[in-house]
Amino acid sequence: MNGVHDMGGMHGMGPVQQEKNEPVFHARWEARIFALNRAAGSWGKWNLDASRHQRELIPPAEYFRISYYEKFLVGLIELLVNSGLVTRAEVESGKAARGSKKANPPLTVEKVPTFVANGVPASRNMPVTPKFRVGQRVRARNLNPTGHTRLPRYARGKPGTIERDHGVFVFPDTNAHFLGENPQHVYSVRFAARDLWGNQTAAQDAVYVNLWDDHLEPA
Amino acid sequence: MDGTRRGLLKAALTAAAAATTPVYAQAQGGRHGQAQQAVPSDPALRVKSLESLLVEKGLVDPKAVDALIDTYEHKIGPRNGARVVARAWVDSAYKQRLLTNADAALAELGYGGLQGEHMVAVENSAKVHNLVVCTLCSCYPWPVLGLPPVWYKSAPYRSRSVIDPRGVLRELGLDLPMDVEVRVWDSTAELRYMVIPERPAGTETLGEQELAGLVTRDSMIGAAKVSTSLTGGKS
Repeated sequence: MNGVHDMGGMHGMGPVQQEKNEPVFHARWEARIFALNRAAGSWGKWNLDASRHQRELIPPAEYFRISYYEKFLVGLIELLVNSGLVTRAEVESGKAARGSKKANPPLTVEKVPTFVANGVPASRNMPVTPKFRVGQRVRARNLNPTGHTRLPRYARGKPGTIERDHGVFVFPDTNAHFLGENPQHVYSVRFAARDLWGNQTAAQDAVYVNLWDDHLEPA
Repeated sequence: MDGTRRGLLKAALTAAAAATTPVYAQAQGGRHGQAQQAVPSDPALRVKSLESLLVEKGLVDPKAVDALIDTYEHKIGPRNGARVVARAWVDSAYKQRLLTNADAALAELGYGGLQGEHMVAVENSAKVHNLVVCTLCSCYPWPVLGLPPVWYKSAPYRSRSVIDPRGVLRELGLDLPMDVEVRVWDSTAELRYMVIPERPAGTETLGEQELAGLVTRDSMIGAAKVSTSLTGGKS
């Protein structure tokens, strides 16, 4: 979707401001909602791509008004309600509906070290033929889907070169909508900064974007 | 860039931030600079209420939540990445392995896993400067750098680093010569990038541990160079 989350190349956002000796979390609730997202996600009712898309669906004005971890709170509530793990009435009251059964959480404290050490790999060990080869000139397709995509707007329609083939990965553009993993090759595509932004940029500078087979066409 | 100008820039940014609202609130473009909202919209209360519901329904183990927080507050952070960089500096065979198969090379030092399942290392030199960003969200190599700082996730960095990386770096105190090639890596897939910064001159006699102490988080994002006058472990 052409949302405000896709902000590469936008102007007017102000200077980048660094904080000295920044803590990992600025408040305890930030830490809790960060970890709650991971713990609730372990039910497997949604995937990483769906959770990203859920945050992209936050309306633009709200997206800029609320903080990073508030987006995680808003997104998690929607994921929980949409997947049926909780009802909106339960979220509003903060209490389980009368008569609801108590479940057993899949991510117990004993499992945390293994969960962190293994992660959730998005690669798939499948014999998928790559559509492009290293060194090939390609063009990012001019796609404007209303759903989730990892093809940023600034690269669409622009020519680039396949720099590296990273192998076969889940395709977020379908996976986010539970339409299948659709595994395919992911590449590092090198875009000359001038092809993206014009002559205001240095001739030798470049932006590398990870794109999937379905995002690309031969140049 | 010389130390004086870097210091002046930093001081100017700090002063500008102090004059208005906290850096954190500004960088988020968020509500933190405003007066407290009415109770129902207070995120602290909403998160508390949600957690209590999820625990009551047996959907999450609160001890697992504690353990996840403890992991990223105390166990996993940029010291991991600094150790990797120091090893790469002293052991060129290791550096080659890191550049060609980062997952295997990081596993040699015990690093990998959540949000770093598929790693790529890129090397800075006198001719090439790499900078890492995630324009679409906040992708970042957790196993080697921990969770990202607010500025990395902020709209200014996400929007500007791809169109004006040299300007962003200048603001952060790093003025790159025009003949350097700037490569910006937008983390649009599940590949996570770490930068191997240039080893500073005059560090030939330092051991691996001392070298690791020089390597900062920002240098592994590509937002700074490693200097011998800074202490590592901060930003």
